[in-house]
Amino acid sequence: MAEYSAFSLLKNALAGNKDWKPAWRKPDPKASYDVIVIGGGGHGLSTAYYLAKEHGITNVAVLEKGWLGSGNVGRNTTAVRSNYLLPQNTRFYEHSMKLWENLSHDLNYNVMFSQRGCLNLAHTPAQLDDYARRGNAMRHLGVDAELMSVEQIKRLVPALDVSGSARFPVLGGLMQPRAGTARHDAVAWGYARGADRRGVDIIENCEVTGFLRDGGRVTGVSTTRGEIRAKKVALAVAGSTGHVMQLAGISHMPIESHVLQAFVSESLKPVIDTVLTFGMGHFYISQSDKGGLVYGGDLDGYNSYAQRGSLPIVDEVMSEMLALFPGLARVRMLRSWGGLCDMTMDGSPIITTGPLPGMYLNCGWCYGGFKATPASGWCFAYTIAKDEPHEFNAPFTLDRFYRGLIIDDKGQGANPRLH
Amino acid sequence: MLITCPYCGPRDVIEFTYQGDGNRQRPQPASQDLDAWNAYVYDRLNPAGDHNEIWQHSGGCRSHLRVVRNTITHEILSTAFARGGHKSADNRAEGRS
Ligand SMILES: Cc1cc2nc3c(=O)[nH]c(=O)nc-3n(C[C@H](O)[C@H](O)[C@H](O)COP(=O)(O)OP(=O)(O)OC[C@H]3O[C@@H](n4cnc5c(N)ncnc54)[C@H](O)[C@@H]3O)c2cc1C
Ligand SMILES: [Zn+2]
Repeated sequence: MAEYSAFSLLKNALAGNKDWKPAWRKPDPKASYDVIVIGGGGHGLSTAYYLAKEHGITNVAVLEKGWLGSGNVGRNTTAVRSNYLLPQNTRFYEHSMKLWENLSHDLNYNVMFSQRGCLNLAHTPAQLDDYARRGNAMRHLGVDAELMSVEQIKRLVPALDVSGSARFPVLGGLMQPRAGTARHDAVAWGYARGADRRGVDIIENCEVTGFLRDGGRVTGVSTTRGEIRAKKVALAVAGSTGHVMQLAGISHMPIESHVLQAFVSESLKPVIDTVLTFGMGHFYISQSDKGGLVYGGDLDGYNSYAQRGSLPIVDEVMSEMLALFPGLARVRMLRSWGGLCDMTMDGSPIITTGPLPGMYLNCGWCYGGFKATPASGWCFAYTIAKDEPHEFNAPFTLDRFYRGLIIDDKGQGANPRLH
Repeated sequence: MLITCPYCGPRDVIEFTYQGDGNRQRPQPASQDLDAWNAYVYDRLNPAGDHNEIWQHSGGCRSHLRVVRNTITHEILSTAFARGGHKSADNRAEGRS
């Protein structure tokens, strides 16, 4: 198994890097497992890792229809933050933040977690008041938050147009200094290796095509590599939740699948060393360690299972970028892609036992689930192992809509494309 | 993506506003059937394939349209005025045009 240390790096460098071992095995599926996790994205892999590490449950398979990292875990724009308003979200995402802060050590895998901060820009007095309120709510729960003046923002992001003549003048902003970015592929690979070396079977190119049932109970799955039985079947398929739940006979969910696009520019010298969000439309930007500007905006806005986006959004994202950074007008876009987001009706996730006996459900990450990857797996593993939620994920039930306990951080109502 | 409005003809998607799942049934306003209200407000059919949905030609004639669209290929299979596509008169909310 590949172990990383100063010594192993040196040894392999001297040997021409020919002797590295694969980071995880490629086992054939066994006939049965204690737990099957469907979906080899960040959340499925972290679930398997924490099942093994925290609960000693190692007879586990992660089934992935493509290759590891082919879903959203490898498609997102890598922003990690815990700057929410509502306490249910703040507690959960702050737990995630604490796991992020130790993740490279825990996994012995450099996930390049970089706490460069995340700054939300305000363009109206009301918005600034709202950010002050959010910052206070965060600090009340022990999360870092600072209100920044235009002068401070100007010093932090010199390329930003903070002049009074900007299309949307900047009046201030809310900064979470501990927020930042992480290398998304490394997160998948690190969790995969960590789970594998604790005995978890990671099975790629294995699509779940149906569920095995005994009476009402889910007892396994049928896949493109045969039937596999399990005491517990856990779903973590992100944007494919609607489709996979239909395979289990549940056709209606408080979820819609939408496409979100991401963009990367050619490499530039450092121009921005924080994650910046635009408060007047929907636009956010950071710069990767290789120098590319990484940015994105709104969903395409209608149900989609296509992992590619449409041109109107490209146009919109570029114009929002130029409203903030007129000086970047001649920077070339290098590539763009889309990923599938399972948008819930209140914008918050679902981590729960059920809804069928023998089944466990982790979904509804909308387009903010990368930051949740550690806490999501940690809470889901707890829920699977103990058949009850941890207090961090107890509010994130499936029936909260029915019970009137929605967690709507943005206050957008049951309108998935607005969350 | 081009959507053919039955009134205006083929128009670019940016002229339209998406209004979601066209299968939802709004209960009668006085209904106290919680399951029906919950289903109407929160539950969605979210198929990977052909999807029956409502769009408004908000940047054009402002008609509400019933569109059948494939969510994997984005092919538009049919468009019609939403009112004409109604199964029952109870469904007024989606029928205003
Ligand atoms: C463009 C974009 C930008 C984003 N930016 C951010 C950001 O900056 N910060 C942030 O916090 N979040 C962001 N997100 C959201 C975040 O990436 C997702 O919420 C999160 O990654 C979803 O969890 P996951 O990693 O497990 O999903 P995925 O990686 O999508 O994992 C789900 C897996 O399930 C597999 N699967 C599906 N169906 C089946 C089946 N039938 N059988 C077997 N396997 C199956 C898929 O192949 C996939 O690999 C962004 C998303 C996108 C698309
Ligand atoms: Zn029209």
